[in-house]
Amino acid sequence: MTTPATVGRPELKIPGHSKGLLDVFHDRFLLRLIVRKELRVRYRGSILGMVWSYVKPLTQFLVFFFAMGVFLKLRETIPDYVVYLFAGIVTINYFSEAFGNATRCLVWNAPLINKIFLPRELFPVASLWVAIIHFLPQFIVLLLAALISGWRPSFTELLAGVLGFAIVSILALGLGLIFGAINVFYRDAENFVDLILMVATWCSPVLYSWQMVFTSTPRWLWYIYQANPLTAAVELFHHAFWYGALNEAEVATALAAYDGLPIQPNHLWTVGLIALLVSCGILAIGQLVFRRLEGRFAQEL
Amino acid sequence: MATTYVEAVGVTKEFTLRHTHSLKEMLIAMARHKKLSDTFHALHDVSFEITEGEAVALLGFNGSGKSTLLKLISGVMRPDQGAVRTRGRVAGLIEVGAGFHPDLTGRENVYLNGAILGMSEKQIDDAFDSIVEFSEIERFIDTEVKFYSSGMFLRLAFSVAVHSDPEVFLVDEILAVGDEPFQKKCLQRIRELKSEGLTLVIVSHDLDMVAGICDRGLLLESGNLTLDGPVRDVIRRMRGEE
Repeated sequence: MTTPATVGRPELKIPGHSKGLLDVFHDRFLLRLIVRKELRVRYRGSILGMVWSYVKPLTQFLVFFFAMGVFLKLRETIPDYVVYLFAGIVTINYFSEAFGNATRCLVWNAPLINKIFLPRELFPVASLWVAIIHFLPQFIVLLLAALISGWRPSFTELLAGVLGFAIVSILALGLGLIFGAINVFYRDAENFVDLILMVATWCSPVLYSWQMVFTSTPRWLWYIYQANPLTAAVELFHHAFWYGALNEAEVATALAAYDGLPIQPNHLWTVGLIALLVSCGILAIGQLVFRRLEGRFAQEL
Repeated sequence: MATTYVEAVGVTKEFTLRHTHSLKEMLIAMARHKKLSDTFHALHDVSFEITEGEAVALLGFNGSGKSTLLKLISGVMRPDQGAVRTRGRVAGLIEVGAGFHPDLTGRENVYLNGAILGMSEKQIDDAFDSIVEFSEIERFIDTEVKFYSSGMFLRLAFSVAVHSDPEVFLVDEILAVGDEPFQKKCLQRIRELKSEGLTLVIVSHDLDMVAGICDRGLLLESGNLTLDGPVRDVIRRMRGEE
């Protein structure tokens, strides 16, 4: 329309339509406010506040360390078990935090969603940011532990860390978009997600080593196990912060424990890249599902 | 030719009223041959155009679809059929507390709400004092808004919305919860905005107030647009005076 009356005026637009995730990156100020709000709401009326994000993983770590490492003697076959275990726990915690909150964020933010329009993808993305904020202190503890046990980072190790982080982030956001959108209609989604998260720690080599799965399952099951992007992410984290710090004696013990099976599964990078692609695919599906259902959020909440 | 600021073409909105949510209830309802859900026509084939600087009242009795229409214009909901289009920034006072998060303080909500309405950080910083001053709730600005009365809510929400410099301003009923001095202040402000060329859409049951501000009225009756004309004619029809 170029009638004189519309020159210099904003365009006629369909209200309530956003460009999805792209809009979120455009609107960083609003995203920042929402992230800050999520943190405020989470720790309101709490004396320890953010300290809880140290206490919880630490407790979890101690329980697992004594139960699995000491009582079940995994410490004897997995060298430097402290770092091994913590690297895995940190990865899975980050995933749980991001995925779990992204699933619930739309319901939690009902007062904003059903009365005013803003790109709704902001909420799952904000959940991811909140998870990153909780991940960082744990990550620093991991770095310190790795440094103490003799870790000196190389380029490929850092790359493995970045790839692992990317896989978890993209996967958690993608799944969070899908289940968050479904959760608006059926609150069963959040219970189902809790179930997934409960299993997640045990379905990737966090507490035990990959060789145990490899030697005790048929090949097809091993492939399924490896197809889990979280398995790849955890192994990449092991590669980044644990593997490089092992000394010769430790390597020899680990090799001897499993008849010479390598300490890390073969094709680590290939599996990692596939996991990244799978995660990107899930993110794309998540965005589609989210957009499909978004139109009815306001009336359902 | 006047520029269109809000346009609705054949807008239809249905709601599905689900009677049951759990599997158990669903099975019982099915066994008893009860309906699992009903559809409810909130709006049926509504078309109109609002041009720049017009002040339009959406009138109708409870449940006639006024608020739904306002939510469609603001983009909170989408029509099932037809299309709504708007031009420029649309700020809405749709319900008391819209766009406010109960667990945040008044101050934080001013920022959140301002950002949602499209203001930048700098704009909010600059307008902050003026927003608080207009709302007259300086004392409670650092209190969480869940402790606010509905009147305080309205004061802050109205104040932010007005300062967001919108092209289209939607106001639903809510002015009713403010006390009289504040209501007058709001109305005064609305008149000023109107004279500056802002496009207004107002929903209210206070017909005298509406008659004082609006020029044009749209009458909704159970989801159908039945009359579109000068606001006084519409009000007369509603009061059964013709």
